[in-house]
Amino acid sequence: MTNGNITNREVLNCEHVWREISNYVDGEVGSTLRSAMDEHFRTCRRCVSVLEGVRNVAQLYGDERILEVPAGFSRRLEKRLAKDVRESERRWSPWSTWLVPLAALALITGSVRMASSITPGFPAKSQMAQRGQGIPPDLIVLVATGTRVFHVAGCTFIHNKDEVRSITAQEAIAEGYVPCLRCMRKYLDVAAIRRAEAAGDLDAEADEEEVEMRGN
Amino acid sequence: MSEANLEANNAAEDCTAREQDLIARVQRGQHELFYDLVQPYERRVYAAALAILRNEADAEDAAQEAMLKAFANIRQFRQESRFSTWLIQVTVNEALMRRRRQRMVGMEPIDDRTDDKDEPDYAPRDFADWREIPSEALERKEIRQKLAEALATLDRKYREVFVLRDVEHMNIQETADTLGISIASVKTRLLRARLMLRDLLAAGWEQGWFSRLPFEKGTKPW
Repeated sequence: MTNGNITNREVLNCEHVWREISNYVDGEVGSTLRSAMDEHFRTCRRCVSVLEGVRNVAQLYGDERILEVPAGFSRRLEKRLAKDVRESERRWSPWSTWLVPLAALALITGSVRMASSITPGFPAKSQMAQRGQGIPPDLIVLVATGTRVFHVAGCTFIHNKDEVRSITAQEAIAEGYVPCLRCMRKYLDVAAIRRAEAAGDLDAEADEEEVEMRGN
Repeated sequence: MSEANLEANNAAEDCTAREQDLIARVQRGQHELFYDLVQPYERRVYAAALAILRNEADAEDAAQEAMLKAFANIRQFRQESRFSTWLIQVTVNEALMRRRRQRMVGMEPIDDRTDDKDEPDYAPRDFADWREIPSEALERKEIRQKLAEALATLDRKYREVFVLRDVEHMNIQETADTLGISIASVKTRLLRARLMLRDLLAAGWEQGWFSRLPFEKGTKPW
């Protein structure tokens, strides 16, 4: 929530209103800024036109009817899913006769794994590596073969991009991966990252990871 | 709460309960129900992939692949986020990975690394009044086509954020997490995307896109 650095008595100009107009539409402005913008809209026809246009855009593109798929999309998707489901069941069927004894074994080993999943399976590569706080377990993250760091999509510090796979953050942590100090920053101890930056450890960690990846 | 709102809320609750039941059944091994689970989201999945890949064939393939990955990982879904959000995240990851591969073989230009903060503010076009395009206009295929074309003209970084926020209805935090960008970048890019689309739609009026829409006689466009 922003108040756009304004005080109660400040009068907004149009440029200021345009900068905040999207936040205004989304209800992301504080009460002071909202009041100032409301006041501006009472006298500025151009900004009202911008506001109505932005609202109209959000309303039109938010409508389900805008979503169109190519002809035959649903049929092709259903067919491909059905094929994959059949194949996955075929892969599993020879095992089904073993399911009962395996289930008993899984119960025993599962409890052991649950306990061990609290800590990463691999030792953290860097002294600066952190497990992170509040990472949503369902968050889909990327891990690359031969590395020890997991990233969110779009991170520019992913090595070995040819062999990247998507897993959940929970799985990544269970497999011993640690959050990327750049793209997962908001889940990490920022003070520790700053110390690492000052000491040049971030670059060292990236280099170290790349070296290990090449070695594999 | 009005009767219509109450009805809509009840319908949404029924839908969520049905979805939770489907998720649980698929996780327990009733794999044949997976398509029923994802079918309501297939258009949203395709739209997310198209926003990133900008090519219908690639987007369809990425959408199918994302659904298969979601199926393979359905046991890991813990219902701590909305299923639709999780599915779109899987799709965005799949599409971004494809785009990265395309870049490596020279099929896509390398990203521009312009920082959002370095870009000048966008000044929207000056119109005295906004002439609203009613949502009923979406019934017409040519209008939907024009809106899709306008969206496709936006730069990648604006289009991706706009689609996740305004088309997929992800919140700001989910959008930032999915694209691996900051909340401030989400807000800046969304603002630009909305302002640019507003100007493009206004230009559409001038080009006669909406000329057949019913309006009160005597209303001037701007």
